[in-house]
Amino acid sequence: MKYQQARWADDGRLEPLVFELSKAKRIGYTLPPKAPSESNIPNKLIRTELELPELSEPEVVRHYTRLSQMNYGIDSGFYPLGSCTMKYNPKICEELAALETASCIHPYQDEDTVQGALELMYKLERCLAEIAGVARVCLHPSAGAHGEFLGMLLTRAYHRSRGKERNEVIVSDSAHGTNFASAAMAGFDVVVVPSNSRGRVDLEALRKAVSKRTAALMLTNPNTLGLFEDEILEIAKAVHKVGGLLYYDGANLNGILGKTRPGDMGFDIVHFNLHKTFGTPHGGGGPGAGPIGVTRKLERFLPVPTVEYDKKRKRYHLDYRCPQSVGKIKSFYGNFGVLVKAYAYILLMGASGLREVTEAAVLNANYIMRKLQDVDGFEIKFDASGPCKHEVVFSAEPMNKNYGVKAHSVAKRLLDYGIHAPTYYFPPIVPEALMIEPTETETKEELDRFIAAMREIAEEAKSHPDKLLAAPTATAIGRLDEAKASREPILSWKMYRKLAK
Amino acid sequence: MKKLGVIVNPIAGMGGRVGLKGTDGAKIVKKAVALGAKPVASQKAVDALKELLPYKENFLLITYPHEMGEDEAKKAGFHPKVIGKIISGQTTAEDTIRAAREMSMEGVDLILLVGGDGTMRDAISAVGTMTPLLGVPAGVKLHSACFANTPESAGKVAACFLSEGLPLREAEVMDIDEDAYRQNRLSAKLKGFAKVPYEPTMVQATKEGSTGYELADQKAIARWVFELMEKGRAYVLGPGTTTRAVAEELGIYDSTLLGVDIIRDYKMVAKDVGEERILRTIEGKPATIIVSPIGRQGFVLGRGNQQISPKVVKKVGKDNILVIATPQKLSSTPTLKVDTGDAKLDEVFRGYIKVITGYHQSRMVKII
Repeated sequence: MKYQQARWADDGRLEPLVFELSKAKRIGYTLPPKAPSESNIPNKLIRTELELPELSEPEVVRHYTRLSQMNYGIDSGFYPLGSCTMKYNPKICEELAALETASCIHPYQDEDTVQGALELMYKLERCLAEIAGVARVCLHPSAGAHGEFLGMLLTRAYHRSRGKERNEVIVSDSAHGTNFASAAMAGFDVVVVPSNSRGRVDLEALRKAVSKRTAALMLTNPNTLGLFEDEILEIAKAVHKVGGLLYYDGANLNGILGKTRPGDMGFDIVHFNLHKTFGTPHGGGGPGAGPIGVTRKLERFLPVPTVEYDKKRKRYHLDYRCPQSVGKIKSFYGNFGVLVKAYAYILLMGASGLREVTEAAVLNANYIMRKLQDVDGFEIKFDASGPCKHEVVFSAEPMNKNYGVKAHSVAKRLLDYGIHAPTYYFPPIVPEALMIEPTETETKEELDRFIAAMREIAEEAKSHPDKLLAAPTATAIGRLDEAKASREPILSWKMYRKLAK
Repeated sequence: MKKLGVIVNPIAGMGGRVGLKGTDGAKIVKKAVALGAKPVASQKAVDALKELLPYKENFLLITYPHEMGEDEAKKAGFHPKVIGKIISGQTTAEDTIRAAREMSMEGVDLILLVGGDGTMRDAISAVGTMTPLLGVPAGVKLHSACFANTPESAGKVAACFLSEGLPLREAEVMDIDEDAYRQNRLSAKLKGFAKVPYEPTMVQATKEGSTGYELADQKAIARWVFELMEKGRAYVLGPGTTTRAVAEELGIYDSTLLGVDIIRDYKMVAKDVGEERILRTIEGKPATIIVSPIGRQGFVLGRGNQQISPKVVKKVGKDNILVIATPQKLSSTPTLKVDTGDAKLDEVFRGYIKVITGYHQSRMVKII
């Protein structure tokens, strides 16, 4: 397998920044002398000198084309980033979200002029409620962690309304890092319960952990090991028995669509990642959407406004009358563009299509699991007998032990094969973890290509470990000093210039 | 260039196979040899050093003569710098102490110590927490928290420490009274602390809100314990660095690292106390015991803090025992133990307990 990423460089230096390409007085586009709106701006607010790069149009186009060629995304190739559900994002959804009727409306417009947008939100809410088995859904949260935080605020509001101050949230040790953070941000103490030898919540520990102080249990199902929490009904019983709530982290919803519903498992609060399960683009900080669904007993605490439908007048409207609401958590009504894409995706797939999504996603993960299970260097730590759900977690511990090659290097070497790295070193309960989620949108040929790459890498670990330790070499940028990159990020021209001085 | 010191205690572990509980003292060594004991430390040293071989150009290996490291280093493929003098075949604790001191003076970055609890105790008597130490498990007694799990993993951690650098933590050095143990009485005492490198990636620190750095996590725990403290209640503070952090959070800087102190209303009321004094101080008043797991097996009660006796525990009540431990500590001892000397009482503690691991953060951990 041969792969080489584009590498635009001159004199050994990578493509310069657009500011560095700038030449004074070079003009790409001539603006009209004075726009009509400008006359309304007071003179003292108008700047005459602007620090903007000056380039010709082809220079700008080439610059950004080159950068995009040195990038990698789901449109370039396979992207098995576990727990992130990097499925292909249908282009038609993008087109629909870009329609003027969706992209050029303003949240302050009169309700009568945006009936279509309100209808879309109302119907998307109904779809999500049906998929998750809950009563109502709030579309406002603009990211997964934002939704989690709302879930925790709802939890607090619920217990307060019953005259109880509950201060503990229980989180499984295989949970996403954001769960701990969301609970803590909402003012709860975090109690961690360990997983058992089967990679599921240890019921004995959970039963010991729950008490009158328990506000909620946060759980992902299937969990981050790609395993279904098969004792979920017992888990729900243990938490409900003490009066606690069950919170569902929706990161792995792609593993159960149309097969089972969090609401039916006993969850009271359900979180979605529209940018994972429902095919809207993600990565790079958004925009995303992390709606929150609730059962009847929590409905009255949802943020305002809700979208309601007046059957008599056949009219959609925003409703702010909700005295027990936790209030607003975002300006206006959520990331509308993302909501349009997710709604389009759901209509595109239909009920049977969504069920097929899960079937194919689970089948693909199991195919990879079986094909890589016997490879020297990898092993499965929990429940190796299978089947897994939508993702599979391998441990490269044997490879590290026998050949001194860590999961980190396997991930980097995959880049040389033109494949995005899986999630590695997560979940933390698996040493040298490689978390692989193929999703449903890959062909068998693509999966086979990945499997062949993983097998070759396992061979290289034995015969040429240096290749793995030096990887990646076929990418525009080689191995990064990750610690330095996260400790001293240079995120803007201003920061860059300051540092250069 | 980095420097690695290597000390092998050649007689460590010899008593194990022949049923002796250790090899402290010349008499016991003779007895062990008479019973047919073979040296075991030498091979373990070679196993550990082999892991370091790929990095050999990047550090200087300094060791002691003959069977105290020179032979092993050469066998593993190194050309070590040899310092000091010994009488081959007659090494004692004095040699370990001298070797550790001289290596510390040579400015080594880390001493790899091949032996058991006794060897570790000897080494810290010479270097304390000045020079980082890492134990290669070779002794009969391995209660101290400064040993790697296997000789190979000791080699790997040392390699990582020398090439990339690793954070250091203070780990307990324990030792048991061998004579008492031979009569089936186990009495593990906390002897001090060694500075030991550890791999934070093993802890996956960020996921559970840990900083990955033990001192910072100790401070986070201490802050929460401070918030939990009630006026009028006596707090029996067990030994260790995590409990010391609690005292420091209260502004008490002279707490007893290896002993038990009692605090009430944010002030020290009794220092370095034994069972009787504890009982007298808490008599008739509400009290809480604050302990941190000690040693390699993670004993919460009964090893290293025997002052907190079954009588004390019963008086305070199980519900008033606060166990605190950093995620780093728990990663090395995923399950905990109790050995109060009262089997019935130990039984009460079995199963899951809540251990405070950070600021407003705890974890269910099993006592087995």
